[in-house]
Amino acid sequence: MALLEVRDLHTSFFTDAGEVKAVNGVSFNLDRNKVLGIVGESGSGKSVTAYSIMQILASTGKIVSGSIKLDGQELVGAGEKVMKTVRGNKVSIIFQDPMTSLNPTYTIGHQLMEAIVLHTDRDKKQAYDRAVEMLRLVNINEPEKRMKQYPFEFSGGMRQRIMIAMALACEPDILIADEPTTALDVTIQAQILELMKSLQKELGMAIIMITHDLGVVAQLCDEVIVMYAGSICEQGTADEIFYNPCHEYTKGLMRSIPTADTAGTKLQPISGTPIDLLNMPAGCPFAPRCDAAMKICLSQRCQRMEINDDHAAACWMNVKKGVEDGTIIAEEVTSNA
Amino acid sequence: MPENKNVPLLEVKDLKQHFNINVGAFKTKPLKAVDGVSFSINQGETLGLVGESGCGKTTVGRTLLHLYKPTAGEIWYKGKKIETKQDILEFRKKATMVFQDPYSSLNPRMTVADIIGEPLDVHKLCANKAERQERILELMNHVGLNSEHAARYAHEFSGGQRQRIGIARALAVNPDFIVCDEPVSALDVSIQAQVINMFDDLQDKLGLTYLFIAHDLLVVRHISDRIAVMYLGKMVELADAKTIYESPLHPYSKSLLSAVPVPDPKIARANQRIMLEGDIPSPLNAPSGCPFRTRCPYATEQCAAEMPAFNEVAPGHFVACHRVNEVN
Ligand SMILES: Nc1ncnc2c1ncn2[C@@H]1O[C@H](COP(=O)(O)OP(=O)(O)OP(=O)(O)O)[C@@H](O)[C@H]1O
Ligand SMILES: Nc1ncnc2c1ncn2[C@@H]1O[C@H](COP(=O)(O)OP(=O)(O)OP(=O)(O)O)[C@@H](O)[C@H]1O
Ligand code: SF4
Ligand SMILES: [Mg+2]
Ligand SMILES: [Mg+2]
Repeated sequence: MALLEVRDLHTSFFTDAGEVKAVNGVSFNLDRNKVLGIVGESGSGKSVTAYSIMQILASTGKIVSGSIKLDGQELVGAGEKVMKTVRGNKVSIIFQDPMTSLNPTYTIGHQLMEAIVLHTDRDKKQAYDRAVEMLRLVNINEPEKRMKQYPFEFSGGMRQRIMIAMALACEPDILIADEPTTALDVTIQAQILELMKSLQKELGMAIIMITHDLGVVAQLCDEVIVMYAGSICEQGTADEIFYNPCHEYTKGLMRSIPTADTAGTKLQPISGTPIDLLNMPAGCPFAPRCDAAMKICLSQRCQRMEINDDHAAACWMNVKKGVEDGTIIAEEVTSNA
Repeated sequence: MPENKNVPLLEVKDLKQHFNINVGAFKTKPLKAVDGVSFSINQGETLGLVGESGCGKTTVGRTLLHLYKPTAGEIWYKGKKIETKQDILEFRKKATMVFQDPYSSLNPRMTVADIIGEPLDVHKLCANKAERQERILELMNHVGLNSEHAARYAHEFSGGQRQRIGIARALAVNPDFIVCDEPVSALDVSIQAQVINMFDDLQDKLGLTYLFIAHDLLVVRHISDRIAVMYLGKMVELADAKTIYESPLHPYSKSLLSAVPVPDPKIARANQRIMLEGDIPSPLNAPSGCPFRTRCPYATEQCAAEMPAFNEVAPGHFVACHRVNEVN
């Protein structure tokens, strides 16, 4: 049994303009000791997926259907009492902006200790020792002194490391990191990624890493989920996703990265604009922007298809290829669709 | 391409920007945001500017354009030193800036036409309404916005579209030179590529010269002819883009480049990162001698005692490091 099992998750926001289907049938497993990357366009539902697992959605947001099992326990519909034991204790989250997630009016020592007392059975004295230990672990010098300081007295990189210390102080089974390094410089980012990697090994955690940065994914992740318009369009090991992308959106994403070879040439962006979640097309959500789109792409959504043991994608191009080289029988496709 | 590519359009000599910061009730202290930076940019060229957050990149751009009065140093434009108020005014018509954040840098209550038209009005560049309207549509066309967008408000647009509006506005004065301050960092990879291509096209079409500030080193390498690396208010290395990427000489540039996450798992796994210890020092308490010495694995006593000179170690390749020969 996987540590975390998400099945056919649907999460919507009920706004004045209508139902925004932010997450639209997402399924994945996460095992212990693994790092799962979630990438995809801005607005594709990465954060909402994470917030659904934690059940910290905005008041208009709701898990409409699906299942989220942590260690075999169903969380959807489990109620706030159960979720309180999950948040912080079993699953921790690091938000993108460390300045807004630390309270400016309390010392960081106070905030760390409060979190530890709340989420573990340590008393105040033990919480203090644990907080100091965690600060040392994330490379904050003179942690005893630093405990007495306020967030504004730290640099951006240090604040982000403090957020990581706070998230890890309670020894979660799963750490969700939502764009944890976008506000950082590359050298500080490298420090933090190294740190996350070594802590993950040391503590045996699983990590969900949400990021725009494909470089970070390549460096850190075992598995990758690519999201588009609220759904998973492709999923596989990092090597499969980078070296054998099988969804046209993923291919477009890979092509649009500047590399050593693109200098002096034109980049190949994905044309068109992001989808309107209030008006989802009938077929593949990427079809209106896809250069390879065929007739069927516009009218029918492609089901998820196994490419190999380590790789699945939902793109008609794979079906077309399969039919052409005889690995898929055409009648099967039409009857399934 | 303009034929005079080797005549500097802009020359910056020993530029300094010191902000006075209150450190007590009646005490101020100079914050040396930019502390003696020199470089030149040729017509039609793109100079990339990289370095850690707070090292002074934006301040270089703003001081260059005289949005801040330089504390010291000289700026020469087309072979003429900018000195008088009149010089500054003329220069501002030829040199503009595109800002980082497409979400906060545009007034959401103004229409696209008014945002783009504002600099036209300020500099009185159009004789009448019809001419103004025509110019606005031309500018929108340059950046790939539809004319139907003119009457809509900035908040109705996506990040990529807003960045286009910002660029159209910067182009309104017909500039020769644009400081692009992190113009794509708020954008998605796929939208980012659209905007980068647009900068490229505009350069070809209008012969523009760019100072391109960005923290994404993959983007900077893609777009720049030459790249300058800054650390704590000083320039530590300057060379053509390929050289900086393939054989950086300064210990800071080396660690910076090794830290860039490569979007390729096999390379990323094999990559030996040079990890820097500690945080960047505060510019209020900059170290003596070489600014990098507190984090530099090669630092010696000489590094603490003397500021290394910005030497030309190979044609067009400048480095400020006492131990450049030993390190490499
Ligand atoms: N409170 C809300 N009310 C209405 N819609 C919302 C709300 N929060 C998120 N959404 C919508 O849900 C969709 C998914 O948002 P989400 O924040 O998960 O995107 P994301 O993939 O994390 O994007 P980014 O990379 O920009 O962080 C978006 O279209 C967003 O507009
Ligand atoms: N108007 C100002 N008054 C006082 N200090 C300033 C001012 N503008 C910038 N600084 C300081 O000058 C230093 C350089 O800032 P600058 O914004 O130029 O850095 P940067 O390299 O652009 O950083 P980033 O990558 O974060 O944008 C910083 O320490 C900053 O706090
Ligand atoms: S001058 Fe000294 S401290 Fe500075 S980079 Fe060179 S070796 Fe390092
Ligand atoms: Mg998000
Ligand atoms: Mg800046």
